[in-house]
Amino acid sequence: MYLKKEHLYKRDEPYVLKPGPEGYVPPAAASMGIELPDPGEGLIYGRKTNEDAVMEEIAKQMLTGKNPTLFPGPLVLWNWNEHARIKGHAVLEIANEIPGVMIIPMPDYRPKYPKIEPEEEINPNHPNLTIWHNKIEVCIFVGVHCHYANLTLKMIRAGTNCLTVAVCAEQGHEDAMLTVRDSDDSKLRRLAQVIRKVRESMGIPAPTRPPYGGGKREIVTPGEWAQIRAKGLAMSMAGAPKGIPLREGEMPRV
Amino acid sequence: MSESESEQKTNPQGDPITSSAVKVEAGKDPHGEAKKQRVVTPEHLFFEAPRERVFITGSEAGKEAIRRANVDFSVAYPITPQSETMQLIGVLYGEGYVKEYYRGEEEYGVMSAIAGASRAGVRCFTATAGPGTLRGIEAIASWPGHRLPAVIIFTCRVVNAPLAIQPDNIEISYLLNTGMILFHAENQQDVFDFILKSFVISEMNDVTLPVGIAYDGFFVTHARGYVMMPPKDIKLPPREAYHGAVPVLDAENPPARLSRDAPVQKSNFMSYNIHAVWQQEVWAAQERAKKYIRRYMDGLLEVNNPDADIFFIASGSAAAQSREAMRLLEEQGIHTGLIKIRSLRPFPTLELQDACRRAKLIVIPEFNYPGWLAKEVSTALYGECTAHMIAGPRVFGGMTMPVELIVERVIGGLRQVDPTRVPVGASVGAEASTEAAKAVSKEDVNRFMQNI
Repeated sequence: MYLKKEHLYKRDEPYVLKPGPEGYVPPAAASMGIELPDPGEGLIYGRKTNEDAVMEEIAKQMLTGKNPTLFPGPLVLWNWNEHARIKGHAVLEIANEIPGVMIIPMPDYRPKYPKIEPEEEINPNHPNLTIWHNKIEVCIFVGVHCHYANLTLKMIRAGTNCLTVAVCAEQGHEDAMLTVRDSDDSKLRRLAQVIRKVRESMGIPAPTRPPYGGGKREIVTPGEWAQIRAKGLAMSMAGAPKGIPLREGEMPRV
Repeated sequence: MSESESEQKTNPQGDPITSSAVKVEAGKDPHGEAKKQRVVTPEHLFFEAPRERVFITGSEAGKEAIRRANVDFSVAYPITPQSETMQLIGVLYGEGYVKEYYRGEEEYGVMSAIAGASRAGVRCFTATAGPGTLRGIEAIASWPGHRLPAVIIFTCRVVNAPLAIQPDNIEISYLLNTGMILFHAENQQDVFDFILKSFVISEMNDVTLPVGIAYDGFFVTHARGYVMMPPKDIKLPPREAYHGAVPVLDAENPPARLSRDAPVQKSNFMSYNIHAVWQQEVWAAQERAKKYIRRYMDGLLEVNNPDADIFFIASGSAAAQSREAMRLLEEQGIHTGLIKIRSLRPFPTLELQDACRRAKLIVIPEFNYPGWLAKEVSTALYGECTAHMIAGPRVFGGMTMPVELIVERVIGGLRQVDPTRVPVGASVGAEASTEAAKAVSKEDVNRFMQNI
């Protein structure tokens, strides 16, 4: 039996995006009739829902799931331009609201040889390895190009029990269990505020220490963390491009 | 007007029709008119701008669409019946409407160049036909996986030996499973509209796929028809590559270098699953394209006379011929409808099921031997429709399709007046009033399946 009973559907039953493992080659959500949300909406387990409700569900899951993790992608990880830097800082604000959160970057999309180091990074060609190794049961992808995010989300749903959240700057992701769209820096900050509000309503204390790296390793000291937050520094990679010129009149929406 | 200008050969609209350089007065900027174009929203260009009626060939309709499409890059390699279209794109290059243009070595090189340019972030256009399609198909089939927005025209012609240049749309059957979006234009108006709208659909972030527009060589490319066109002085907004689903390619730097890195499955630590989900993602993007096709193209299919219970299901020139068959049949008191399939990929399965819910007879005329549309329709309607289905008439190898041939199928299929008018293997199901007569024999099905 390649599919679990709870992932089998009757013909006219709407498809519901649930945490996996869904089994051997589960279908793409789009091919099961799940559509991307319209502006102002998000998706909760494949259903179009008001964006505020989606954010609250994201907050609950990130605050109660095991080993919550942020996976920042190249669009917020690198210092492409001023908007990317601001957005990267907004991602850190989200991290600062989730006790015990890990930050594991997706710095690029190249296949890794001879093998990936799952405590250092996640990669769209084999994201399940990082999820399994760190026993992650809830995660947020942010700043990942949509195609690579979709690959990643499908593989995670197929082979792991992780609940996935996609915070997208474009139209959102059907293959994530929870997703919001058009996420600029202000929406990221709004998500951080929602998480804080939900955390306080649940009686969960604020984090007392900086986010961990993979394997719950300490990656920054509290002093360094305070400095990063104060200066609004985006994480940077050696050799990364220094900035992409925008077309005249184009608004950066990284 | 100077003497040199008066020597310029033009069509009735005044556009150059030769490959000679545009002649302009000394001191006048040859790109002057192109520079005056202003960017408007796709909605304005498609739906709001006033349109003027012109009488032009399909090749010229392609040219006029590209004039308004803000194309950055185009490569040509000539092949009949595509040559005129790409020659006219060369004229546009001379006038400054297309930013870069050159002749490729052959189709493999052309399609590869389009891949590189599209991944580098610019708006790309090319065209080919028949054998050229098959020569370039390895590169073409790689475009969807690389998530490359681009627009390509296929002016369909014979591809198989013995060599011929005449109309036959067999090449579409090879393109159906590449993962690209594929439209089939019926006439010159479709050519103009489909090309412009394809750029917008292709470049949507949640689509990010190439779009192919097929139309039948000579019947559409070289024949004139009326086209309603917005003015020349407006154009689409430029491509916003940084909103694509994949990063703009920098061959030397991450985040994605594609061919510079090894294949995704090479490592023992990598899962076969990556390629599987990658393919799923391409077809998921096709699903997402449907909403834009509905928004900009008024649907994946067009239903004429939805109240009819006899339907032609056709695309391209076969749809045009079916319209005339409808008229002839109406004169005989037989009310028929036409379902024109605009989008072959994504295929309008649910829409087709809906439209055929009450159908008693379905006739599927095609310009190719294997009947790829009949296969698509049979698959879509399996278990959803009890109509008597006739896979044909079909013509191929450059033949025209007399309208009477289509009319014959309807009369033979519906009335059973003269069933010999329908080849045995082309027909399955029965238009009948009793449940028993509706039963389809296994032999009928076998013959039908062999025939399509």
